[in-house]
Amino acid sequence: MPVELDPAPQLAQFAHPDRLVTGEWLEAHLGTPGLVVVESDEDVLLYETGHIEGAVKIDWHTDLNDPVERDYIDGEGFAKLLGAKGISRDTTVVIYGDKNNWWAAYALWVFSLFGHEDVRLLDGGRAKWEADGRAYTTEVPQPTPVDYPVVERDDSKLRAYKDDVLAHLGNPLVDVRSPEEYSGERTTAPAYPDEGALRAGHIPSAQNVPWAKAVAEDGTFKPVPELDAIYREGAGLKEGDDIVAYCRIGERSSHTWFVLTHLLGFEKVRNYDGSWTEWGSAVRVPIVKGADPGAVPSR
Amino acid sequence: MTESTPHQLAEIREEFLALETRDRLQLLLEFSNELPELPERYREHPDLLERVEECQSPVFIFVEVDGQGIVHLHATAPKEAPTTRGFASILVQGLAGLTADEVLSVPDDYPNTIGLTEAVSPLRIRGMKALLGRTKRQVREKIAA
Repeated sequence: MPVELDPAPQLAQFAHPDRLVTGEWLEAHLGTPGLVVVESDEDVLLYETGHIEGAVKIDWHTDLNDPVERDYIDGEGFAKLLGAKGISRDTTVVIYGDKNNWWAAYALWVFSLFGHEDVRLLDGGRAKWEADGRAYTTEVPQPTPVDYPVVERDDSKLRAYKDDVLAHLGNPLVDVRSPEEYSGERTTAPAYPDEGALRAGHIPSAQNVPWAKAVAEDGTFKPVPELDAIYREGAGLKEGDDIVAYCRIGERSSHTWFVLTHLLGFEKVRNYDGSWTEWGSAVRVPIVKGADPGAVPSR
Repeated sequence: MTESTPHQLAEIREEFLALETRDRLQLLLEFSNELPELPERYREHPDLLERVEECQSPVFIFVEVDGQGIVHLHATAPKEAPTTRGFASILVQGLAGLTADEVLSVPDDYPNTIGLTEAVSPLRIRGMKALLGRTKRQVREKIAA
């Protein structure tokens, strides 16, 4: 039984209002049976400094990634992780985090690869929760372990691999990194650790829409007309488009994936999680430098 | 230059390695809470501070080498970035009182050796390696000046 949806009128404008909750709703529903709140942050220690009461922590590096291969955990690992956090297949999960829900959106995307049905974001994440004066605790809950079924990940619809992106060239690509990363201006200087990619620039024809453009000053998602102006008018995305988003390692682009899929209702959006750290080091893939998207290379 | 791990940094490593993975995060949080405020003279001069771009959180450092050749590392990062604060605090405490040569001889891979790669992830540890790398670069610039 999913926990009732947040009826807040500002959510109704989005394509999938069932994917967001407000702080007001969450505060009122804390402790509801069938609801588990998950914190997922860029900073691995932030949860320890204080979190929403009853929230469990899931870290994308140490929990959701395979420790050896560059991939996500498998169905067995996911079942073990979620079961230990007290999450069943029919649990309503609300994820929130730091940095405009950047990592929370990433966790939500991984949950979606496993087809977890009811997973929502707390609009505004930690920043809005704090700004609204809502409480944190440092008490770490001890959830009663439950059974989560072993469901294999389905990467085919929401995730793009490098070869998929090569085959995709000619269709819309959204590069959500900063303009400096996009143009390839940022290079490695002496005594600076490397940036994790051997080449700088962007995938030919990609539109540059830095991920945080989708977020308002207070950390919540911008209203639909503003999002339309950015992604439809600005980046030229159209209904029915097949879209791939990427960034450096796939985290910022899962935020954009969330916006395009759940807020604007695009039906075919994939996140290329290999992103620039793979593309920028791969042999013989096309790269464009500078501020212009560049043309799709003829093959 | 020969590499050698200064006494305080070696002690900090012992402290981390003596703990279980989960408790290492708690110790890192303690370090994080101990990061000293910037001295007044830098609080008013943000232009003197260098941003460590490799860290996803805004962290700024400034290195002084005093008349006796002793290195003073100052670092600041917001409370929303406790991990980065913890990394900076380990270096501030671990490098305290060392000479420029001693700082330059700290092995570059020290951050990989304190038992945090599993607890924090190798990617995040890169932020600490960047902090150490930029600290050493500033020391080199200061003694060359």
